[in-house]
This record gives sequence, structure tokens and C-alpha cells, in this order.
Amino acid sequence: MNTDSIRSYLKISTNAAPLAVFRILFGLMMVISMVRFAANGWIEKLYIEPGFFFSYLGFEWVQPLGEWTYLIFFICGVSALFVSVGYKYRLSIIVFFISFTYIELMDKTTYLNHYYFISILSFLMIFLPAHAYFSVDAFRNESIRSQQVPKWSIDSIKLLLGIVYFYAGLAKLNSDWLFAAMPLQIWLPSKYSIPILGDLLQQQWTHYTFAWAGAIYDLTIPFLLLIKRTRTFAFILVVIFHVLTRVLFPIGMFPYIMIVSALIFFDAGLHNRILKYISKGFRISKSLFDNGKNYSFPKPMIHKVSVGIVALFFIVQHLVPFRYMLYPGELFWTEEGYRFSWRVMLMEKAGYANFKVVNPENGQRFYVDNTQFLTPFQEKQMSSQPDFILEYAHFLENHYRQQGIQNPEIYVDSYIALNGRQSRPFVNPDIDLTEIEPSLKHRTWLLPFNDEIKGL
Amino acid sequence: MKLPMQICRLPKTVRRLFCFHKDVPMKKIITLILTVFIVWSCTSDGPSGPDVDDFDREAILVNWADNIIIPAFTHFSETTGTLHSDAVAFSEDPTLQHLETLRESWKSAYLAFQHVSMFEMGAIMNYRDFLNTYPTTADSNSFNPEEKKTILENIETSDYNLELPSTRSTQGFPALDYMLNGLAENDDELLSFYTSDTNSENYRTYLTDLTQRIDVLANQILNNWTDSYRDEFVSNSGKGANSSLDMMVNDFIFYYETLLRKGKIGIPAGVFSGTPLSTHVEAYHSKGFSKALFNEALDATQKFFNGTHFDSNQSGESLSSYLDFLNTMKEGADLASLINNQFNDARDAAESLNENFAAQVESDNSLMLSTYNELQKNVVFMKVDMVQALGISITYSDNDGD
Repeated sequence: MNTDSIRSYLKISTNAAPLAVFRILFGLMMVISMVRFAANGWIEKLYIEPGFFFSYLGFEWVQPLGEWTYLIFFICGVSALFVSVGYKYRLSIIVFFISFTYIELMDKTTYLNHYYFISILSFLMIFLPAHAYFSVDAFRNESIRSQQVPKWSIDSIKLLLGIVYFYAGLAKLNSDWLFAAMPLQIWLPSKYSIPILGDLLQQQWTHYTFAWAGAIYDLTIPFLLLIKRTRTFAFILVVIFHVLTRVLFPIGMFPYIMIVSALIFFDAGLHNRILKYISKGFRISKSLFDNGKNYSFPKPMIHKVSVGIVALFFIVQHLVPFRYMLYPGELFWTEEGYRFSWRVMLMEKAGYANFKVVNPENGQRFYVDNTQFLTPFQEKQMSSQPDFILEYAHFLENHYRQQGIQNPEIYVDSYIALNGRQSRPFVNPDIDLTEIEPSLKHRTWLLPFNDEIKGL
Repeated sequence: MKLPMQICRLPKTVRRLFCFHKDVPMKKIITLILTVFIVWSCTSDGPSGPDVDDFDREAILVNWADNIIIPAFTHFSETTGTLHSDAVAFSEDPTLQHLETLRESWKSAYLAFQHVSMFEMGAIMNYRDFLNTYPTTADSNSFNPEEKKTILENIETSDYNLELPSTRSTQGFPALDYMLNGLAENDDELLSFYTSDTNSENYRTYLTDLTQRIDVLANQILNNWTDSYRDEFVSNSGKGANSSLDMMVNDFIFYYETLLRKGKIGIPAGVFSGTPLSTHVEAYHSKGFSKALFNEALDATQKFFNGTHFDSNQSGESLSSYLDFLNTMKEGADLASLINNQFNDARDAAESLNENFAAQVESDNSLMLSTYNELQKNVVFMKVDMVQALGISITYSDNDGD
């Protein structure tokens, strides 16, 4: 590939309908997600009730704002609605990105790959002209109203979706998933009461079929969606796959978001048809937007910067999932470089962490009752993830210092059962965790895994 | 292939949406979907792994309800009935003989309670907190961080409502322990509170109010189980955080970890405070009954784990047989034996303890700590390994997963 072909690729424009439909549906899904989150009482339960929150390294300053946390969710929901209808789009999508990401950064306990996906997708959308067609902005402002948008803007969403699927597929290429059908072998039998499927889920061959089919699906679906001949079939697979995961696992809105997102792979014909239905329903004149014009960025500079940022964004996205290779040891055990890498439903990890506080001045020692500081959900997440354990140990250090112990030492007795293996000691119980600063460095304070999981 | 009419009659809009390629008609797509399903259903008759019959989880619930929970509550309510009638007999005629009888029925009821204390489902919310909150707030010298009214204040003023949560630490078995063993150093002095004290009538009334409250709670729970909850419990055999199996396993582990391990051994041994707290043992005033209560509770939890019937040594389906079943599928460690061995190790460790845990804590706390350590190991086996094997979520939260 040479610079000429890149330059000419960047000049190609295409019908704007797919991008407009994507914007409308994405915004709508986010509105529903926010309403659902609030209606389930999760804002209160996850962000207001706990007395302590786990932070990402470097984002300790991002904290819930007490009762004002509701306001963040409200802002997030309203900006999602504005994105959907395309009203003050750029501002709205920036506000959405910031508020949504702020919510995710408030407590690491709630980390989910699909929240991360929403965060980076909304970041990407800041640089796309998703408001050029069939939006309030385009309705009011003739200068941005365009029937054609740069092809790269639609392709970038396809690429991001492709990355999510493909990397999730790569992550499944390991011996636990393929040759032990773990953790599906643990999860599926417990779904015995699902009609029809319930009995099938007890069979070992079902677990292997699901494991292999899942890996093949993730690795091939981006390509099957790209190729015109297989596209309809691929979309049917997308629907079956995500509906099945919805039935089997508690994964909230994610399946619907992915199904709706996959529509972007279809030709503009479908999207124009969808917009026609919407126009009819809301008595909007679609023809107003069909002006045959090409979208051009307000300034050439903005165009250049947008393309540059998007390119950089994708380079980073390709590298981040592989950062685990910089660390020795088993990824599933140490979780060094585990997050932000589309490792979805790969592990069943249960842990137990019992913290011991020692007062070196008088040798007094006692154990901590975790329920005094953490919610059951936080305790569960803390017990199985080393960075949580360390952060919590430092929290305990501060707490007991305030209680009058000058220089408390914190030790932890911890056990982890990974993918059906018998529980084994996790953190070195002889190490005073207050001596260890949270960092991205290799965690030498963990005990070895003493087993091997082969593969990527 | 002739398509069923319903499929052909999909709404026009749906058909139009997906069949925009003229060369891919709806029929072709439907054929494709059907083929996928036919291939799927054909393979289901094909090869399969080890012969695993679907484990009947409802059988666990039936065994728990009919052979353990209901018999245990039945026995408990019988003992609380005797307890109350003996208390009435004593209050009408406060003699040493009646006191001895009452102490014995208090012991039987307290032991029977150890078999039902782990069951919160189908019971009145927090009922066990009304029956067994200790240390009891007896008098002005008692452990009383929240500055609640003491038993003696209740008696003096006759102003108390035992249904209020704030009175939990002045009622139940620990309060009876104080009334029957802790009021005075010797029996003569103790009897005088019920006979010659200026408030003797109040003492007698308080005593029978306590036993009546226990008896009423016991009967309410038993009746709820036998009237309606048993069927509700058994039929809720589905999956998820609100199914009977998941909730019971969560309750069971909570009981083992918090009330048995921590309450009966850990707190008195100073595991959570750094300094031993001998006054925090169960049945403190009896001076010699705490170990019997602990052993009874340990036996009850192990029997529940193994599905052993309440009144015989017969066993039915339970967590151990379920783990054995899952074990055949996963070729993992023999978890049921690990857990049973650990129960036995804890029992062995407790064997050398003084009948009176308070005395043990004061003379040689290290033996208490080693018992605690053995109990602790089973928390890991049950809360980590067992819960993972069963595919049960340990939190009650219904948050989204990945």
C-alpha cells in the first residue's frame, strides 16, 4: 500500500444512511441502557451505598459524587438522546463520551468489556460526521446536510466491531477453552431449567460444541459480515449467537447493542429503507436530506486531525490486547494485561481473601471482616483480582492508621480456584502488602500458578 | 421443502428488510435456518460424553425440606413448647427442682436450635437474631456498645416490646442463660430473685415472656414451612440467584462462615479484635455449655452438607452427592471428601477444648485459634471450590456480567 492509494481511499465517499442509522440506534440503545440502569436501582447500589471504591491506576481522582451521581447518569442519558436525534451532535457525543467514561472509571468493580467498548466507540464517533444526514443538525443547517460521507467513517465502525469479535476469538484459542471446555463446563450445567436447552446443557459434548463454535464464530464473523454473499447468513448467525448468550448469561443490553451495531455492515439500501419507515412514522421529509452532496469537514485541518486521531486510535487498539506478552507468568493467574483486551467470558475465577492486620509495636494481630468495608459484589471482585487486593490492602493500612496503629502491616491469606481447578494459595502470605506500591510492574508478590494454560 | 404457513406469513416489513437482494429470497434464508436447526437436532442423537443423566436438583430440595428442615423445626418447636411450659411451672412455683428442670429444657431447646439456625428461608426475617444474639446485654457491666436497655432495666420498668429489633440482645436463649445461670453466684441467691426480691413478680413475668416469645417464633416458622412454604421452596428449582438451591447454598455458607466459625469461635478467640473476648462465648453464664452447642452446630452443618436425615442416619440427595455428580464430569479433585475431611478435622481440633470456651480462651487461647484455623479451611473449600463447581453466584447482586 502506498500513500497514493491511502489518499485516494480517504477521498472515497459513500451513502450516509448507514452512519445515520447507526447513530440513531446507538443513541437509542444508550438511552435505554441508562434508564434500565437507574430503574434497577444500580446507581444507588453500586455508586452511592459503598463506602470505598476501587480505582484505575492514575484515575484515583474519579469518584462518585454522592447524590450528585444521579446527575452524571442523567447527563449521560440526555446526551445519548441528543446523539440519537443528531441535535448538537459533536457536543453531545463528547459529553456522552466523557460522562459515560467517568461512570466507568468511578469503580473498577463494575468493569465489563462491553462498557469499555461503548466508551471507545463513543470516542471514535466524536470524529465521525454521523450528523451529516437525517439529523436535527442537518435539518437546521444546510451547510452540513450531506447525502454522502467519507467511506472511512463507516469503515472505521466496521473495523472496531471486527476487532472486538476477532480479538475475542483469538483469546479463546487456549487449552482451557478448547480442550477442557472451561469455563463453559461449569457455567452451562447450572442452566438446567432453561426449556428445551436445559437437558442438552448437561452433556459434555454440548460444552465442547459451544466452545469451538464460539471461537470459530468470533474469528470468522467479521469477514462473513464483510463479504456480500455471506452477509445475510452472517447476520442471522449474529442474531442467533447473541440471543443465545442473552438466554444463557446475565449480560444485560450487550447482545442487543451488538445485533443493532452489526447492521452497519449492510448496504445503504437497507438503511435507506429503515429511514423511510422512520420518516413515515414521524412525518419527516427524508427527501430533504437526499441532496447528493458530499460531506466536507468544516476545515481541512479538522479533517486531517480527525483522520490522524482515528488512525492512531486503531494502532493502539491493535496493540493493547497484546500487552500481556510483556509480562512473565500465566495471564489468567496474574491478570497482568487482562482488561481492555476483549477477553470475554474466558474465566471462572472464584477467590477468598482474608486480611491480617499486624501491629508491629506490640505484636497484636487480628483479621479483617471484609463486609465491614465492601459490598458483597466488591468483595467478590476483590478476592480474585490482584490489583484489587493490593488497593484494598492500602485502604486498610490507612484505615487502621487512623484507628491508632502507627505502622500497620497488612498480610493476606488468599485462595483462588481457576476454571475448575482446586483452589490454591494466591498472594504470598508472608509479604507485607503495605510495602508494595500499585504499579504496572510485574507482580512478584503472587505465588506461582503451577499449571499451564497453553495458547494465546 | 414445504414451509409451514406461519413462516411464509412473516410480516411484509420483516421480509422486505432482510430480502433486499433480489437473488436471495425469503424462502432460501428460511431453508438455511431450518437446515441449521435440523443438523443441530440430528447431532443430539449422536455421540455423547460420559453417561450423565440429568441430575435431579429438585430431589435435593425435597430431601432438604422433608427430611431435614421440617423435622428439625418440628423437633425445635416441641422443645420450645416444653421450655415454655417448664418456665410457667417454675414461675408458679419457683423451687430448685423446677429450676433444674427448666435448665434442662433450656439446654434441649438450645441444642435443637443449632439444627435450624442455618435456615433463614421460609422463616421470619432475622428470627435467629431474636433467638440467639450474644453476648446478651444483661446489666450495666455487659458488653453494650450501642447502649441498649439491659435485661435488668426491662425487668425493673416492665416496659419492653420483645418484637422490636432493639431488644434482640435482651431475649432469646442468651437472655435465658442469664436469667437461669447468671443472675447470682449460687442457686439460692438466684432463686431469691424469683421469690423474695421486690421485683420478683417482674422477674417471673420476664422469664415466661422470653420462653413464650421463643415458642411463638418456633411455631410460626414451622407452620409457615408446613402450610405453604415447603411447596414453594421445592418448586422453585430453577436457576439463578433467586432459586431455592442458590439461596440455600448462600445461606448455608453465610451461616457457616459468620455464625459458626466467627461467632462461636473466632470472636471469643480474638481473631477479629486482637485480644480474646471470653465474655463473647455462646451460653457464657452456663459456664460449660458452649462446647456442646458448638459441636451440635458443627454436626448439623455437616449433616446438611451430606443430606443426612434429621432423625436417622439415612442420607438423601444434597450438596455432597451433587458435587460427586459434577465431579464425574470434570475429573477434578474429590471435593465432597475434601470438605467432609475438613469437617472432621475441625471436630478433632475442637475435641481438646474445655467444655467452657470462656475458660479455654482464658487458659490457652491457642487451642481455640487452631480450631478456628481448621474451620477456616472449609470456608475456602465451600465458598471458593464448591460454589465454583456448582455454578452458583455467591453474591445476591443481579448485575450484568461480561
